[in-house]
Amino acid sequence: METSSTSDPMLPHPYVIQEVCKETPDTFTLRLDPENGVVDQSVFQPGQFSMIWVFGVGELPISISGNPALHDRLVYTVRSVGQATHSLVNQSVGNAVGIRGPFGTCWPVEAARGRDVIVVAGGIGLAPLRPVIYQVLQNRKDYGRLVILYGARSPRDLLYRKELAKWARSLETQVLVTVDYGGLSWRGHVGVVTTLFKYCRLQPARSVAMVCGPEIMMRFVVRELEVRGLSRDDLYVSMERNMKCAVGFCGHCQYGPYFICKDGPVFRYEQVRTLLEKYEL
Amino acid sequence: MAQRSDRILGADQLGKLIETLTRKGYEVIGPTVRDGAIVYDQIASLDDLPKGWTDEQKPGYYRLNRRNDDSLFGYAVGPQSWKKYTHPAEVRLWAAERQEATFRILNNEEKPEPPRAFLGTRSCELAALGVQDRVLLEDKCRDPIYERYRRGAFVIAVQCTQAAATCFCASMATGPKISGGFDLVLTELLDPKRHCFLVAAGSDRGVEVLSELKTSSATDEDRRDAAARVEAAAKQQVRSIDTAGIKELLYTNFEHPRWDNVASRCLTCANCTMVCPTCFCTSVEDVSDISGDHAERWRRWDSCFTQNFSYIHGGSVRTSAKARYRQWMTHKLASWIDQFGSSGCVGCGRCITWCPVGIDITEEVRAIREGGNNGNP
Amino acid sequence: METLERVIAEHPFFTGLEDSFLSLTVGCASNVRFKAGTYILKEGDVANTFYLIREGKVALELFAPQRKPIIVATIGIGEILGWSWLLEPYRWKFNARAIDDVRAIALDGRCLRNKCEENHDLGYEVLKRFAGIMEQRLDATRLQLLDVYAVKH
Repeated sequence: METSSTSDPMLPHPYVIQEVCKETPDTFTLRLDPENGVVDQSVFQPGQFSMIWVFGVGELPISISGNPALHDRLVYTVRSVGQATHSLVNQSVGNAVGIRGPFGTCWPVEAARGRDVIVVAGGIGLAPLRPVIYQVLQNRKDYGRLVILYGARSPRDLLYRKELAKWARSLETQVLVTVDYGGLSWRGHVGVVTTLFKYCRLQPARSVAMVCGPEIMMRFVVRELEVRGLSRDDLYVSMERNMKCAVGFCGHCQYGPYFICKDGPVFRYEQVRTLLEKYEL
Repeated sequence: MAQRSDRILGADQLGKLIETLTRKGYEVIGPTVRDGAIVYDQIASLDDLPKGWTDEQKPGYYRLNRRNDDSLFGYAVGPQSWKKYTHPAEVRLWAAERQEATFRILNNEEKPEPPRAFLGTRSCELAALGVQDRVLLEDKCRDPIYERYRRGAFVIAVQCTQAAATCFCASMATGPKISGGFDLVLTELLDPKRHCFLVAAGSDRGVEVLSELKTSSATDEDRRDAAARVEAAAKQQVRSIDTAGIKELLYTNFEHPRWDNVASRCLTCANCTMVCPTCFCTSVEDVSDISGDHAERWRRWDSCFTQNFSYIHGGSVRTSAKARYRQWMTHKLASWIDQFGSSGCVGCGRCITWCPVGIDITEEVRAIREGGNNGNP
Repeated sequence: METLERVIAEHPFFTGLEDSFLSLTVGCASNVRFKAGTYILKEGDVANTFYLIREGKVALELFAPQRKPIIVATIGIGEILGWSWLLEPYRWKFNARAIDDVRAIALDGRCLRNKCEENHDLGYEVLKRFAGIMEQRLDATRLQLLDVYAVKH
């Protein structure tokens, strides 16, 4: 690689695609290794994201969804919804993409030590939360109960099915999955993710909840969690806005007074409570 | 600046100042008349300055008129601001070339560019440079491009001795009196008997440049004269923003009917963001050539008024003109304070002048403060 | 092994209702089982018996021509299956099919609604609880309607 300043946050570093794994009809998990053994971009905290550059196509903000304890690789789960994402998921193994990052604030995995952890994910929102689950399960005695609530559109849109089953078998761990539209062969829950709460045994005073999914789903979920007695300071959400530079200069990601790239994407609910209610903020 | 170092510089010596800076390797940028406006461009000599010109500004209106004297700085501000040079409109960030399955960032060393001297920086513009310093140099990351252009710039401030009808720097506490942030500061003293400048240095290199010019000592009367002219500029201002509690005012009036009112007039043309000296938003564009082997990343100015500014998968978050105008004004006057510790507005009035429909930000604030009616503008 | 009485008395719907109502309910209650795949309720049938689910999951289904049956929601442990016994015209609006083997308590809706007609204070209490559950279902349904995970174009 060229001897450009490694401290320039606008320069991408090459990472080589090792594996492209199809999770659902439109979602793929990519595993990337650094081309030059430089690992700065792969040391991340759960909740952070990278800017992934596809040569000549464009750049995308994607949450890192791998194991934070492994520093020699980066794993992303990407949903193909437009030109750039389509180009990314169709890269061949062996191709390099440019990585900048990691950027942003992280889930409160440190503050949650010694407490119960409630993870509520909707759709692709499970991807930025998976590093939290890895962290808790790898340091099991540092945390209390783990509750994972996951909702997706339909059974074929569920991510990480094998892992969900494995996590359900972990100590002191409850995994509940639901879909908005069930097929006849689906024998699980049907209904939005908020309908799963009634099947959980929660200890609100000792819990920290981390919620990620479509904004409207997060609004409903935090409302449910508050009704069930969780304190606003123990509720965390991950917000999303248009991202161009990821370093706080381009202004695109502003959300009220916050820049999502540097003040977020993870926020305490209290920080965004009044913002979530504002239409077209 | 310590009063004792004030000097008097004859108007003709201003040409010598330009020469001296040029000799020292600076590209001198200053005001000049072009296409019916006073714009910033490279200045070779005194003749390039807008001698005898003044600007008449109103909401949605800008004209140059002839003065009845030979004042060199007898105007307020033109459509451009110094961000034209410190935060350029189009910049190539880097280039890369494809190498089989991977890519290589090319040696991106820029051609060395000469440092610039900014001749004619107004108080509001100095404040704006300070505001952008905070955003681009003193936050979580530093913008190396802004840093390069800003640090090298030699700033010759010129105090305003008159105000345009659209100026309101006094109420924003950004002028017209200049207290710091310059290498040299000038105040034009023009009357039938003489044409000169009260000049002071604000830095070591300012002192050095000044020492190469012919100056005479300034008297207390000279200083009083200068101060009075600047004071007159302040008193001449007819517009103002009451900034007391403005952050809470705008945060809590998200649904004020006035937003619908301004939305019915706003064209979302983005002129205001282009002329505003503190607006910093940019976008990033990745381009490649036809062969697909060579790619570049460019940075260019962007505006929160565009439809796509807030686009995420599924659509834009701010689709209505109302949401976009509200975002701009709330950011400029309120959120900026939470983000960077000061207002984003320096009271230069450019947004009022250059808005094609004449929207006046001071009027909009007043309307919201007074629990304004939702009818007449 | 919990008695019917305790399970019913502790259920949020029944908690706080007067004792005579509770006794009446228990008196008409019985344990029932449904094998996976069985239809517990059929759309259009008279709605007299309703169920408190103790084990297993039940799918609420609708079918339309040219489409396979659509599951709109699932009812699980601790939930009450069937509400049309309380309001006219007392007919089921959906099919309810056992997804797993289901164990439930069957309750006599006709008996209970007659009691509500006789005693309006009791009727008011019952309808208040009913309205609360309907509101939750409506919120959840509206959210489901938004199809928030869909790819928008």
